[in-house]
Amino acid sequence: MVEVRDRTKESFQRLVTAELPALYWLARRLVRDGAEDLVQEALLRAYRSYGTLRQNTAAGPWLKSILVNVFRDQLRHQARSPEELPVDQVEDFSLYQTLIEQDPLPYSDTLHHDYLRAFGNEDVREVLLRLPELYRAPLVLRYMDGFATKEIARLLDVPLGTVLARLHRGRKRFEQELWAYAQETGLLLKGTVQ
Amino acid sequence: MTVKPGPIPCSEAVRQLWDYLDHAVTPEDQEKVEQHLSFCRACCGELEFATQLRGFLASQGAEELPPRVRARLERFLADL
Repeated sequence: MVEVRDRTKESFQRLVTAELPALYWLARRLVRDGAEDLVQEALLRAYRSYGTLRQNTAAGPWLKSILVNVFRDQLRHQARSPEELPVDQVEDFSLYQTLIEQDPLPYSDTLHHDYLRAFGNEDVREVLLRLPELYRAPLVLRYMDGFATKEIARLLDVPLGTVLARLHRGRKRFEQELWAYAQETGLLLKGTVQ
Repeated sequence: MTVKPGPIPCSEAVRQLWDYLDHAVTPEDQEKVEQHLSFCRACCGELEFATQLRGFLASQGAEELPPRVRARLERFLADL
């Protein structure tokens, strides 16, 4: 652990420059448009609270937490009604079973693996962006960025049980959208699967 | 004498698979899921796919910053 002793603007710039790709990546998976603005606002807030960062090595999670706070505040300002899904609307779908039944890659010996391999980074982003933010944010933070569920509850300012329920529905919805996206875009016909 | 509950149905096992992989189920639920998996081939497949899907999500790592975005953010940092 390296304690932050130098609190100058230059040291802040050095510290966060290394984190810019990860911040931008996270922002692009949380919002369709305005990822750069989201990162910029997070950087501004981080600079204002630079004094609260104790260890240099914690800069990555610290910056991501601030970015999620900015994202959460933006959602609140948009004041959109929540898009909670009825449980039974997502509960019945199984991508695992659907792939077996529909067999979209009849020549594959490793159907499920090859199906996932057909999705590039931008395809996955498109699938994620089809999910309501309510479900997308916990899914991205938990399974793509490795945040603990308790930490996600704190960052999004919701009870832990709510995070767990949204993760469950988010996973199911993500599976549904992985299937729908491939059908709608002809992804499996593009020759990306060897 | 305690009576062991009967096996859980597939729907219940599948509902708990990701939490099971996350070690986020109670010891009792863990036992129920494992008991179910011991005889249900379909749910073992679901478990394997859930593991693949988790790995797939985790492997979506950060990419290079587009030069235009890097230039904008570095300019912003310089102007702080």
